Parts: sequence; structure tokens; C-alpha cells
Amino acid sequence: MSKLLIEGVSRTFAGVRGGEPVKALMPVDLAVAANDFITILGPSGCGKSTLLRIVAGLEAPSEGRVLLDGKAVTRPGPDRGMVFQSYTLFPWLTVAQNIAFGLRERGMAEKERDGIVASYVDLVGLKGFENHWPKQLSGGMQQRTAIARALANDPEILLLDEPFGALDNQTRGLMQELLLGIWERRNKTVLFVTHDIEEAIFMASRVIVMTARPGRIKSDVAIDLPHPRHYTLKTSPEFSALKARLTEDIRVEAMRTVQTQPA
Amino acid sequence: MRPLYPVSPGIRTVLGISFFVLFVAFWAWITLGGHVNRIFLADPLSMLRDGWRLLVEDRFWLDILITIWRVFGGFLLASVVAVPLGIAMGAWKPVEAFLEPFVSFARYLPASAFIPLLILWAGIGELEKLLVIFVGSVFQIILIIAVKVGSTRRDLVEAAYTLGSTNNGIVSRVIMPANAPEIAETLRLVLGWAWTYVIVAELIGSSSGIGYMIINSQSRLATGQIIFGIIVIGLIGLLSDFAFKAFNRWLFPWSLA
Repeated sequence: MSKLLIEGVSRTFAGVRGGEPVKALMPVDLAVAANDFITILGPSGCGKSTLLRIVAGLEAPSEGRVLLDGKAVTRPGPDRGMVFQSYTLFPWLTVAQNIAFGLRERGMAEKERDGIVASYVDLVGLKGFENHWPKQLSGGMQQRTAIARALANDPEILLLDEPFGALDNQTRGLMQELLLGIWERRNKTVLFVTHDIEEAIFMASRVIVMTARPGRIKSDVAIDLPHPRHYTLKTSPEFSALKARLTEDIRVEAMRTVQTQPA
Repeated sequence: MRPLYPVSPGIRTVLGISFFVLFVAFWAWITLGGHVNRIFLADPLSMLRDGWRLLVEDRFWLDILITIWRVFGGFLLASVVAVPLGIAMGAWKPVEAFLEPFVSFARYLPASAFIPLLILWAGIGELEKLLVIFVGSVFQIILIIAVKVGSTRRDLVEAAYTLGSTNNGIVSRVIMPANAPEIAETLRLVLGWAWTYVIVAELIGSSSGIGYMIINSQSRLATGQIIFGIIVIGLIGLLSDFAFKAFNRWLFPWSLA
């Protein structure tokens, strides 16, 4: 059985000032198996983030439904952990307190929390920074904390909305390896939205390519590269072949975006 | 001079102090130099002499203490009512829709115009003074806090929901801590305004306090005492503001740039 089922989910935004309603997302169907790492690749504005937010329950679909373990999603919940592109650590909490946030909301005792928090601090390599405020951390460290915060809650599925989009190239590469390493060890179902082709291939067991707005699924590419993956994989011939294929796919869509949108 | 170019801390201090020096020098020149009538404006030296006499012989420090108590009492009363209401208005839109029009209207009612009514209702005792400050502060605090709370970062709220927060959890563990420094800043600002209300309240129908001393001095043309009273208010305001700022910094180390 699929872990996550997206059935005919679409999203239409009401028109601005009596204008035509805007279709952001055409009906999308997607089945995600347990422990799959799926990246959703698409040009900006294609509705991929909207799709992820619908899965998270932060937005309601105009049509269709989302099922997690057979249960319909109606509102956000701790079973779908999310990492955002913007830095969303709670600035009034330390790194350790941020990671413990979900556990505390669940009413877990402090003693029990401490052990879990320590293990996730370790997992994302932030030992020694437990008592720092978020503003004292670099962007990469903040996103590592955000990943630890989402994982500490032990969600059924991890949703990531361009989590490394604001980071510089080198940091982004390291973060990809870190997240992939965690996934290889811990087996988690992951839905990862990105517009970066290399990132999409490197991380995924399956890449879903979306069309330009209004978005729908254009292709569904299985990535059979072996694990554990090392960054040198990005220069291998197999990787380059996949990259060439997806670049072609996404280029057509990016062109359409540029041509159809007013300057 | 290059626009927006920062000034070094040393020069900043020197410049700041030199204006005070110039100001007092000008004041001394027009008064001691005989350019204005002594009846209308006392010179700096007799102001200090009058002030010293006030403190030593007339027990003016008791008036100062009474005024301080009134400011903080009235301000505390207003805060206790206004902060929860402001948070509720910012967090829950139906509450805002219910209260916002009235509060916006009430905010423009001048506190000083309420003094005659408040004297009728509460006499000229302490309660009336507290109420003047309360009326002057409470609506301002409510509105400013409601606006700040209403603009809480939505991404933090969304993150908390995906971590399992309930609606009440969002209010008490996201909205309130996220806005706490801004709320404290608002209170610091309004405390400054409370100082003006207390003096007005003491100018009318009072038998103690700094404002009472000032109005009392007017009838005796003791301009030195009046100026001393005004300077005392300024100094206490400055000190309390400074203390409040330091307290906020200590309370919210995470919000410092």
C-alpha cells in the first residue's frame, strides 16, 4: 500500500479584482511508497510548493484529496513534518529548545525530550551549539536545526520546500549529503520540492517533473543510482545522462513560463 | 558631510553633551545678563537654589515619590487590562472586529478632558489620578499590541502547526513569545506618555505631587521652582526609560541584533 496518495488534487485561486480565477495546479495524481525519497522538480511558479502545502494541510485543495496511511488530510499535523525555504526557527528558543518544540507540544516529559534532542543534535552535527539562539547561526546551521526539529517529531513523512534554496552552492552540496545520509540510515518517506535539477537527481529515488503553470505532472523518472551516494556521483556518466534528459524536460517548461508571463 | 555615514561613539557623546552646555549657557546669558525679566524666567543658579530648598525644607521628595507611584500605579492598571485584550484582538479576528472600532474611537478621547468627569466620579484622591493615566494609556496600548500581534510571522505559525501545535498552543507558545519584546517596547513608549498625563492630572484638583508643586509655584511666580520641577520630571522619565530598556534587553537576549 502507498504511504501517501494524492488523488486529483488541484488548486484554483480566486481572481484579483473581479478577474478570471487563476489555475495554479491542474489535477495531480501521485502515489508515494513508504521510504521513497521523491523530489518534485519544476520551474518557479509551477505550483509545486502549493502541492506540498496541500499535503502539509496548510492549504486546502480546490478539488481532490490527500491520503496519508489511508487517512484524509484536512489540517496540518505532526505526522507531516515540514522544512520551509525561509528560516522558521523560533527565534526566542535555543537550538535545543527548537528541536524539542514538537515533543513539548505533545506533552512529553523534559527528561525524555532531552535524550531525543541530544541524538538529533548529534545527527545534524550541531554538538556544541545546543544553547545558541537562531540568530547566532549561519543559514546552513539554521536549516540543519529545522531538519532536526522536523525529524525529532518522528513524522510519517518529511516535506521539504526548497529547504536549501537560500544557501550558497557549497553549503547546499554539503546539506544534500547530510540529508541523504540521514535518509539512508533512518528510512523515512520524503517529499522534496526543488527547482535545482542536480539536487533533484542526487537526492531522489524518484523525480517528478512538473510543467509550467498551471502545473501538472510531466514525467516521472526513477533514479536507480546506487546508495550510499557520494558527491562524486554528480560527475558520473549515468548522472550526466539523467541530468541531460531532465534539463531538456524542464527547459521546455521554463521557456513556456518566460513566454506566457507578462514582463 | 557624507549622508548616513556613522559617527564614532566618542564624538557622539561630545556632541550630545555640548548641546546641553550650549542650552544652559544661552539660558544663563539671557537671565544673568539681564535680557529677560527675572519675574518671568529664573536663572540657572537660583533654579538650583530653589530646587535645593524645595527638597530640604519643603519635603519635595515626598511629592516626587507620590507622582512616581501614580504613574506606575496607573500604568500598571492600564497594562494589566490592555495587554491581554491587545493579544486577544490581534490573535482572534472576531474579537478584533468586535472591539477595534470602539477602541479606535476611544483612543482619540483626550484623557485630560476626562478629568472633570473623573473628579465627579472618584473625587480628587489617588483613584482619580490613576484613572486619568489609565484612560490615557489603555486604548493606546490595546491598539498598538493588536497590530503587532496581528502581524506575527505567518511562517512561524505554520511551522508550529506542522510540529503539532493546537490553536491554543499557537497563541501561548508562538504568538506571545514572538511578540513579547515588541509588547515590552510598546509599554516603554506608553510609560513615557503616562508622565504627561500624571502632571496634567496633578495640575487640576490636587494637593500633592510634582504637578501640584508646579501649579502652586505659579501663583507665587516662583519660576525657579517650576523649572526645577520640569527638570525633575524629565530626569525621572529618562531614568525610568533607561531602566526599562535595560530590563527588556535582559529579558529578551534573543531579540538583540
